[in-house]
Amino acid sequence: MQLTQRAKPVDRSPMTFLESLYLWNIIKGMGITLKHMFLKKATIQYPEEKRPFSPVFRGLHVLNRDAEGRENCTACGLCAVACPAEAITMEAAERVPGEEKLYREEKYAAKYEINMLRCIFCGLCEEACPKDAIYLSQTFAPANYARKGFIYGKQELLIPHPVEQPEAYQKALGDRQPASRNQNQPVA
Amino acid sequence: MVIGAVTLWFILEKVILIASIIGLSFFIAMYTTLAERKIAGWMQDRHGPNRAGPFGILQPLADGGKLFFKEEITPVTSNRFLFLLGPALAMIVALVTSTVIPWGAPVVTSTGIISLQVADVDMGILIVFSVVSVGVYGIMIGGWASNNKFSLLAAIRGASQMVSYELPMSLALIAVLFMTGSLKMSEIVSYQMANGWNIIYQPLGFLIFFICALAECNRTPFDLPEAENELNFGYHQEYSSMKLGFYLFAEYINMFVSSAVMATLFLGGYDIPFVNEANWGLAPWLYSLISFSVLMAKVSFLLFVFIWIRWTIPRFRYDQLMNLGWRKLIPLALFNMVLSAAILLWLKS
Repeated sequence: MQLTQRAKPVDRSPMTFLESLYLWNIIKGMGITLKHMFLKKATIQYPEEKRPFSPVFRGLHVLNRDAEGRENCTACGLCAVACPAEAITMEAAERVPGEEKLYREEKYAAKYEINMLRCIFCGLCEEACPKDAIYLSQTFAPANYARKGFIYGKQELLIPHPVEQPEAYQKALGDRQPASRNQNQPVA
Repeated sequence: MVIGAVTLWFILEKVILIASIIGLSFFIAMYTTLAERKIAGWMQDRHGPNRAGPFGILQPLADGGKLFFKEEITPVTSNRFLFLLGPALAMIVALVTSTVIPWGAPVVTSTGIISLQVADVDMGILIVFSVVSVGVYGIMIGGWASNNKFSLLAAIRGASQMVSYELPMSLALIAVLFMTGSLKMSEIVSYQMANGWNIIYQPLGFLIFFICALAECNRTPFDLPEAENELNFGYHQEYSSMKLGFYLFAEYINMFVSSAVMATLFLGGYDIPFVNEANWGLAPWLYSLISFSVLMAKVSFLLFVFIWIRWTIPRFRYDQLMNLGWRKLIPLALFNMVLSAAILLWLKS
């Protein structure tokens, strides 16, 4: 029974003397390899050339600041609850007078850690966050010599200050536009 | 005294020539490794090594440096003397083969003729064959002295392969010698300069010779002595550091020398194709330089074909290898020999 028209019958007749020297087939094969010498290379020369990520790529986490450089996170813990890999831990603290420039609301995360070896980069923390305080960027975690080095604290996660380091801030932002997504503006 | 002075000058000339040929062999072998990796890359749609220096031209130096600094391991159960002798023999034999090859047209000076050939002996090409036969000991001794079953198997394979392929190789050569009527390398070249290249009259002979050269150099598709996926690196499995480097290097020098031998026997040696260079009236040193470059161009082309074949054809199975050698190539070479002898006799009568 024939299922498709693509079936090719296998020729099992014994090779003739000329065929058994493999010469013609070897010449054909060498033609193919010679042709490939001049084809476009598939290589992406990594450090100089980078492969563009998809716009929905989920990479390293960034702790966000608002336009004035105040941290968005209120240490509500919704991200840690949402995290299926239990990679997020945090400790909350209360803002004292004089720290209004540092933290947007009266509660903030004194400690915020993500274990990048546990994280599965699913993006559920980003979806869970009511304050737009965490999002997944378009970079991935660089290699490290110790497991310790993969536990990222606030030092590594926080986005650069938009007023003090505007260039680094723009770079970290990537193609995200924060203003349009900052829907939870506090009532000042 | 005059004779003494001439002899000293003669020795100096030869020493300089030998040193430069050895240097050249090393240089070419180094850059053949780079060419191999580059061409392999291109044929697989990659770039090949391109980080060490512009276009990766410092890669062979980096590889060599790395081999020097690797830990040198001698297995306790090995025979220490033979273990050392193996790579040394492989290297020496590879280098010695180049003595009889004429590297360019002789330079005629006011004091005499400087030949660009270390020794123009009467039995020239036979020396190449006898020395190459010794080359099999490098593999055999190394493989046996390692005291490792994979190395031993590979050594046995290598020995039987090289012995089997020397037969059709010499049979193909005999047909060439029928035509040139001399074993002297310089006369083989001058015959071709006068009568056209041997490859035109002996295409089948060249093909057989080339296939056998692949087998003699342990190159793919006949690289069974170092079949990585069957014998786990083959006869140099227990070797490390520069002893391994010697084996790998000897393979590339062998490739270079056998390309030079093939260019001399079949592709007219240092003959410049399509022109009669005697009419140009060039300075003798310039003419020698050009003829040397022409020989190098032919050698480079043959080296490219060696590499090209390696990255095209998969390895033969061992029974296929023996089948091809004994049941295909030897009858073909005999046929070629008888045919050329008959045609030569018919032409002469």
